[in-house]
Amino acid sequence: MEAISPLKETTDIILEEGGNALELCYQCGLCTGVCPWNRVRDFTLRKLIHKTQMGQIDFEDEDLWRCTNCYACVERCPRDVQVTHIMRAMRRVIMEVGAGKAPESFRITVKNIASVGNPLGEPPEKRMDWAKFLGVKTFTKGTEFLYFPCCYQAYDLAIQRVLRAAVYIMNKANVDFGIPASNVVCCGESVRNGGAESLWHNLAQTNIKAFAEAGVKKILVTSPHCYLAFKNDYPELGGNFEVVHILQLLAQLIKEGKLKFTKEVNKKVTLHDTCCVGRREGMYDEPRLVLTSIPGLELVEMRENREYSLCCGGGCMGRIWMETKKGERFSDLRLEQALETGASTLAVYCPYCMLNFDDTVLVMDKAGEIEIKDVLELASEALE
Amino acid sequence: MAKPKIGVYVCHCGSNIAGTVDVPQVVEFAKGLDAVAVAREYKFMCSDPGQSMIKDDIKNLKLNRVVVASCSPLLHEPTFRHAVQEAGLNPYLFEMANIREHCSWTTEDHGEATAKAKALVSAAVKRVYHHQPLETREVPVNANTLIVGGGIAGIQAALEIADAGHKVYLVEKDPSIGGHMIQFDKTFPTLDCSACILTPKMTAAGSHPNIELMTYSEVEEISGFIGNFKAKIRKKARFVDESKCNGCGVCMEKCPWKADSEFDLGLSQRKAIYTPFPQAVPNIPVIDKESCVYFLKGKCRACEKFCEREAIDFEQQDKIVEVEVGNIIVTTGYDPFDPTPIVKYGYGRLPNVYTGLEFERICNSVGPTSGKIVLKDGSEPKSIAIIHCVGSRDENYHKYCSRVCCMYALKYSHLIKEKTKADVYQMYIDMRCFGKGYEEFYKRLSDEGVTFIRGKPAEVIDRAMSEEEKGKLIVVGEDTLLGTIVRVPVDMVILCIALEARADAKNVAQLFGISQGADGFFIERHPKLDPVATMTEGVFIAGCCQGPKDIPDTVAQASAAATRVLALISKGKVELEAAVAVIDEEKCSGCRICNLLCPYNAIDFIEEDEVSRINEALCKGCGTCVAACPSAAITHKHFTTEEIMAEIEGVLV
Repeated sequence: MEAISPLKETTDIILEEGGNALELCYQCGLCTGVCPWNRVRDFTLRKLIHKTQMGQIDFEDEDLWRCTNCYACVERCPRDVQVTHIMRAMRRVIMEVGAGKAPESFRITVKNIASVGNPLGEPPEKRMDWAKFLGVKTFTKGTEFLYFPCCYQAYDLAIQRVLRAAVYIMNKANVDFGIPASNVVCCGESVRNGGAESLWHNLAQTNIKAFAEAGVKKILVTSPHCYLAFKNDYPELGGNFEVVHILQLLAQLIKEGKLKFTKEVNKKVTLHDTCCVGRREGMYDEPRLVLTSIPGLELVEMRENREYSLCCGGGCMGRIWMETKKGERFSDLRLEQALETGASTLAVYCPYCMLNFDDTVLVMDKAGEIEIKDVLELASEALE
Repeated sequence: MAKPKIGVYVCHCGSNIAGTVDVPQVVEFAKGLDAVAVAREYKFMCSDPGQSMIKDDIKNLKLNRVVVASCSPLLHEPTFRHAVQEAGLNPYLFEMANIREHCSWTTEDHGEATAKAKALVSAAVKRVYHHQPLETREVPVNANTLIVGGGIAGIQAALEIADAGHKVYLVEKDPSIGGHMIQFDKTFPTLDCSACILTPKMTAAGSHPNIELMTYSEVEEISGFIGNFKAKIRKKARFVDESKCNGCGVCMEKCPWKADSEFDLGLSQRKAIYTPFPQAVPNIPVIDKESCVYFLKGKCRACEKFCEREAIDFEQQDKIVEVEVGNIIVTTGYDPFDPTPIVKYGYGRLPNVYTGLEFERICNSVGPTSGKIVLKDGSEPKSIAIIHCVGSRDENYHKYCSRVCCMYALKYSHLIKEKTKADVYQMYIDMRCFGKGYEEFYKRLSDEGVTFIRGKPAEVIDRAMSEEEKGKLIVVGEDTLLGTIVRVPVDMVILCIALEARADAKNVAQLFGISQGADGFFIERHPKLDPVATMTEGVFIAGCCQGPKDIPDTVAQASAAATRVLALISKGKVELEAAVAVIDEEKCSGCRICNLLCPYNAIDFIEEDEVSRINEALCKGCGTCVAACPSAAITHKHFTTEEIMAEIEGVLV
């Protein structure tokens, strides 16, 4: 057997890029057992961490791009190892230092965002076209909320319906909101977790400047990814805003009696907890409260729910932009769990989850059995 | 008193201080301070030559004040006070500047460290200038001892002290002594029957002429101080007259009402009138009001009818007993960790998932299954998984290692192999077999056909993926040595749960003046050199209330605590703190604010003189009354306003 020696330089560079959590790992293997990848293929997460400890990382290794940042391992790690920070650090070494190569699809997306401010490569001036015929006002000083939709919801015709539902509900509930005038870009959350730190820096600064100039105090989002970016990342650059996920707002309005669903929605619905505001932020009750406030709607739980929810495969590390082989898609497994419940609707509240499940339903040919809807769509159906 | 003539001694403490602080510079600085006659440095001031240096200077240079700049007074103030005393100076004419813990250890900046060391030395010099000689006094030590907690630690300590001829009050909150140890089936690594080695000690404690056993009792109040404590103890009503009952057990036989057995952790039932287990000491039952139908509905009294000795007393009330003791040993033990929050391990949700302590009862011949290792359906398991570190070594629950689980897990393997044909899987992170004979026990068990899988399991599930998994519990996790996910189908899962601090440890700590660590366990006075004393003089700790430990360590600690108590009893007296508060009766307005605030009840109001007076024997010098007195009539000896102002002035150089 060929002997290896610890490569301190490699370990050091990962540490430098923010991977110091690797020092805490005591190799118990709980993360491997928890990681959803092992349901579809071999992925010895513990071993990968030990490789970082020994400096034995091959930066060309596809495994470095596997983690979806679903947080299941971090949630249960007995040593409180921030595995996702180690993953991010390794990707930074690739993206920023230039060791190894990122997957092509990720590089293309990063390029799109860098040039036009959105992952789809669409013209920036068309970002707010979705709102044209909805009579949505532009944010001006004094408006309560800046409503900031996800790039995907803004550009992708297939899921724009979520924004229409959001606007419909907010108008009904008399929420004072406005959309950005111009010059805003992708929140940068997945870009950052994917290792493109300097690009994230630019994106965040652009948005912070635009928000500050417009006099924004509160930001309302429909994507959990934007939520994490604005709430947890932007303060690092001095962008301190009150960030509200639209379901948090609805839950509050329902509790205060300011929003009442009057129309019956006779559906059996199951809910997919999104990882980023689920395990990271503990936001489990709000979507459930909205759903259970809808008359006629029956909410059934999948066997893995709340903190044990299975990731859709999109995650917060740019996996959504990479091709995942058939047979390795978590959304397929998750859809099976949803079907097990007998629900006719799988409710989601994240654009990435929606894209993945829309795709899975088609590929698995289950469109006749189950529909994918955003919680907001179901809520808007329940309003007269 | 002669004009102050001060000697200043700056310690290097090897490189602990001198590595950061420029000691010669501090010495030069000290030489220039007012009233300083001499300033010197030395490698280790606490050493004999260091102390001699001080003593010689006192004699030769006629010093009448001494400052040592070194470590924390907690460590060496007694050393130096003793040294100056030996040279004929009052020990209170000494002051210590802490330039290690408060200075050299807190920074790597040499300049800053040296500047701070100078400030601290200057403060000490200015302060010591105003010091007055104080006299310490001695009070006798009451030779009785209070021991709280009747587990193996309490029993051991009680027997040691009682055998030496001194009275012990052994207080236990449960109806019998024995603690957790009496719940165990066998003990590692020798595999002695736990009850066989413990019951002789229990019986000895129960019948010892010097031990007054107070079971079903709890300490409610402690007052006084080392050598002279007063304790109020609540003896809960047993509803059985201890002086009449002969423990025949007819009442328990005839009682028609049942409740879950606490002793068997709810795995079996006991009667409403019961002793927790057959060998209980004392062998006197108690009536549990919650499940006794007479107490609930006013009818039954079957036990009373059958008791020939007329010992049943439904009218019995709780009794408050007051005792006077010189020392206290707290041996309140631990609580087993409840694994329910670790949802993925299925405890309380999946059948046949047990905690370690429950498994001890299952193995025990007087336990819920009469010692047979069986599943819920009564059949014998064909395979058992034992999961280590459940709640231990885990940032989400307890960070510490519980120290006993590896070994009891090995013990279970042996018991399973002895009683069944089941395969045993040990799922561990690291095997920690550090005690005498422990590694040998590990090897012995390896030889008995146990499979060791290294890895912390992710979950225990009952969703079969193959024919052989049907109807089984499946333990899923990584075998980290193979680097692969394993699914181990078993019939029973045993969770090696952590030992945690008692749920009421905080109250106990407050009651006895003990500090608690972040993990809830009680803190010893020094982690290495003073393992059984606490920050309250005369209060000692032993056993698992101080931290998880096995039986040998618990017994050793209990004996150590007993020895400390015996030493104090044998000395017969304790020195009282001289730095106490004193009231200037000329200034006292008799407002009595201090009377109410004093935490030691040391201040009385003297009716005829209309002033308050401090009992110096009770005063601990906490300073509360000094700060509160609206007439500034109270002075704290050794902490006078003059001394404190001088110290502040000094530190602001």
